[in-house]
Amino acid sequence: MYAKDYHDLGTPAANDRAGQESVTLEIDGVPVSVPAGSSVMRAAALADRDVPKLCATDTLKHFGSCRVCLVEIEGRKGFPASCTTEVAAGMKVRTQSDALAKLRRGVLELYVSEHPMGSCPESSRCELEHLAEQHGIGASRYAGPKTARHVYTHEPVDASNPYFRFDNDLCIVCSRCVRACEETQGTFALTIQGRGLESRVSASQDQPFLESECVSCGACIEACPTGALMEKSVISVAALPQRAVATTCAYCGVGCSLVAEVTADAVSRMVPNRNGRANQGHACVKGRFAYGYATHADRVTKPLIRKSITDEWTEVSWDEAINYAAGEFKRIQAKYGKDSIGGITSSRCTNEETFLVQKLVRAAFGTNNVDTCARVCHSPTGYGLKHTLGESAGTQEFVSVQHADVIMVIGASPTEAHPVFASQMKRRLRQGAHLIVVDPRAIPLVKSPHVEADFHLRLLPGTNVAVINALAHVVVTEGLTKDDYVAERCERDSYEKWKKFVADPVNSPESMEPITGVPAETIRGAARLYARGQNSAIYYGLGVTEHSQGSTMVMGIANLAMATGNLGREGVGVSPLRGQNNVQGSCDMGSFPHEFSGYRHVSDDSVRAQFEAMWKVHLVNEPGLRIPNMFEAALDGSFKGMYIQGEDLAQSDPNTSHVTAALSSLECLVIQDIFHNETAKFAHVFLPGSSFLEKDGTFTNAERRISRVRKVIEPLCGLADWEVTMRLSNALGYPMNYTHPSQIMDEIAALTPTFAGVSFEKIDRLGSIQWPCNEKAPEGTPTMHVGQFVRGKGRFYVTAYVPTTERTSSRYPLLLTTGRILSQYNVGAQTRRTANVAWHSEDRLEIHPHDAEARGIEHGDWVGVTSRAGDTVLRVEITERVTPGVVYTTFHFPESGANLITTENSDWATNCPEYKVTAVQVVKVAQPAAWQLRRQAAVPAGPKKRRAPREESPVGGY
Amino acid sequence: MANDIAAFFDAEAGPAAADGVRNHISRFWEARMRREIIAHLQKGGAGLVPTARDAVARLTPPA
Repeated sequence: MYAKDYHDLGTPAANDRAGQESVTLEIDGVPVSVPAGSSVMRAAALADRDVPKLCATDTLKHFGSCRVCLVEIEGRKGFPASCTTEVAAGMKVRTQSDALAKLRRGVLELYVSEHPMGSCPESSRCELEHLAEQHGIGASRYAGPKTARHVYTHEPVDASNPYFRFDNDLCIVCSRCVRACEETQGTFALTIQGRGLESRVSASQDQPFLESECVSCGACIEACPTGALMEKSVISVAALPQRAVATTCAYCGVGCSLVAEVTADAVSRMVPNRNGRANQGHACVKGRFAYGYATHADRVTKPLIRKSITDEWTEVSWDEAINYAAGEFKRIQAKYGKDSIGGITSSRCTNEETFLVQKLVRAAFGTNNVDTCARVCHSPTGYGLKHTLGESAGTQEFVSVQHADVIMVIGASPTEAHPVFASQMKRRLRQGAHLIVVDPRAIPLVKSPHVEADFHLRLLPGTNVAVINALAHVVVTEGLTKDDYVAERCERDSYEKWKKFVADPVNSPESMEPITGVPAETIRGAARLYARGQNSAIYYGLGVTEHSQGSTMVMGIANLAMATGNLGREGVGVSPLRGQNNVQGSCDMGSFPHEFSGYRHVSDDSVRAQFEAMWKVHLVNEPGLRIPNMFEAALDGSFKGMYIQGEDLAQSDPNTSHVTAALSSLECLVIQDIFHNETAKFAHVFLPGSSFLEKDGTFTNAERRISRVRKVIEPLCGLADWEVTMRLSNALGYPMNYTHPSQIMDEIAALTPTFAGVSFEKIDRLGSIQWPCNEKAPEGTPTMHVGQFVRGKGRFYVTAYVPTTERTSSRYPLLLTTGRILSQYNVGAQTRRTANVAWHSEDRLEIHPHDAEARGIEHGDWVGVTSRAGDTVLRVEITERVTPGVVYTTFHFPESGANLITTENSDWATNCPEYKVTAVQVVKVAQPAAWQLRRQAAVPAGPKKRRAPREESPVGGY
Repeated sequence: MANDIAAFFDAEAGPAAADGVRNHISRFWEARMRREIIAHLQKGGAGLVPTARDAVARLTPPA
């Protein structure tokens, strides 16, 4: 059910057509003008003459089944359904009359016979009971022993899902849930089974929800007009929310706008914001349900210190912890030099917090040794797009995909990692857009209900650049380039050089086939489809960036888009799907060691002068250390102290033993986090962090959209993250005196041309803003590079394929690649502490049946996975999702040790690790490694020791 | 890593490849890393490909 104050207009807006006419009609004698194509129901609602309804809702196409929304229309026979009747000029509609009231009462009484008044757990929100009351129905004359729905259902309540339950007794079979699953989510997991009184909502093949194809996005619950599908948290609270706070999800880079409903100072429900431009009123299993980690018992709420990492932690006051950390940093700098310390900003923290940490490092530490977790995910995006197009960001807004005719997805699995955007993409694909998938693995998008890829380029891990060059070869040699577009908008010399390079037969699909493993004809077909599409759009993920040629591949993608004229308007573009909620923002905020906010190099004297004037301090003009460089410097003894906010380097960075050796060598490691993470094992100071529910600020999503994060509950530790950074800075002797994050944003705007027009007041007024937002674009920029590229002329780069040095051998004959699963998020610190473990309680190694058979491995066996960097043990899943020679795993559980086996290979330009290619051997073993068994025994949140979900938890998790 | 950078610029910049590598290292490598690779070259530069070697030779030593 919707938020109580939501005004549901009944049917969706008419299709947005250019030059759409307005139609004027009369409703109950009141003239109203609406876009042509609108329904009478919507027109009536817009005129505040709402027509009663049950099966209609404005998020779904009209259905016309409930017969409650009947109206009278002058000159028409009978009582047309207002949801299925289009407006017409001069139409005269009556929404209320005695005849209509009688008809509606009759229909409603039939519904009430199956759904007795007062039976919903939240009756005040039940649309049926509300309507029945309005029509004076207290009970049904038709109710009897055989009308109750449970007569026909032995088990009316399905409570298998940890977050919601389905009660068939309360269902009125309006099909809103089924249609939401189809139209909003695109999973098609629900259907109506049976006929007449025996008809009921069924998940998959009449399975419990938890075992079905249901992905727990919650769209069905929100669409349900009664309490048949309802959040367990709402049932548990049994009271209406006292307030609702609009905020932004803290999971993936889609950045869904959510509304937190709060009862008794706790979140009782999270619902997608209907006005959210990024998510268009939708959410996923993580954003909607998995927020319980914020109040999990594992939260650290008191500052801790210890002299040595072998000591026990001591609980101290904030002042003592901050002063200890500041004292240690000062001591280290005095002994080893200014550049012996540094800091890491987090893509899970707000823009304002990130900006403060980099300011602290540059201004208070006096060094540029600051980096961010984007280093290990999308740093090649910044490099590649800046060099080719002129800006380190994606080019589109998400709704642009509704105008795409051809969609190419490279190295991403949107249904798993960016599910809300995937639903938008699938909607366009169901309308007929074509799909090209470039991925070593058969991601779910390759073939799912009503969606099937035209081409799946199933390349070998590590051969992206060979594939993009082969695609470009076909485009150039078959005359499919848009030369007029290129001549007008791109550098001629670089274009000619690039054309000559890709036209070389060495880059042909036929030449590349033995390298990539992709049949030449598949490449040719995909290239033709992409180039000939009227609007062709590329979406890509970490399968592009996390390679030794990550930056080269991003440039190759931009080359292809420029050559085919697919940049600078809706429906086209190059869109990186950012992994974390604020990866874009953390990069924008100057978290990289070589540049200030807005991607301006520290060596630029005029830029540095602006910061020096504002910050009243001398700033260094040399790039600082990147994360991998910090580890090297720590191991060689020249780097001794780190301040890490909201990042778990020991789990997320490659070659764990190398990372932990580096961390162990530090004299002062300060961690600021909400949980004791893996990195905290090497820390000397633990500063409790605050979750996204506990603070104000902004996040910037993958489409450059800046959205507000609003405080829903008070910080459990007493301070928001930005306040902690400020205290540390003050203790170090560099004053920071902000009283609200809006003041930090004002400073960002003053120092960053692309944010010049951004303020909290404007975001609150507009809902969200896509940067650049300045004098030229006061309300933001949904589509970039319109008319011309940010850098002026687009620049083509020659992108020669250079094989990775990480190759298979007789000792390591398989290639391991990694990815995410829908229910878990990154290193799992949040989602492992929610009931999402019901879907994914351990990481598994996917292996092809041929490779499994050759090793005598059976489904569910433990296998040892050994690489040149290390080894671990995983349970195996035999599947044809991977090809022979390729194995795959997720990395959500620390006890899996996925990064024990990844290597330090990295992107040539940015040092982004090559997570996606690791040569391994897989052998059957009897049990997990000894360290894994010890860990499972020691960690309560791990899969083997996890507690049973509290089904009625008011925070939706445990 | 200098060799990987050189591999990109060899293809992209041809005769200007060493300049490309030098600029890249100057803009993205921290001073102690640049000192290290300059010292490595001064000791013979074992393992460096020609473009990387030329580029490092042109690096301005950090202050």
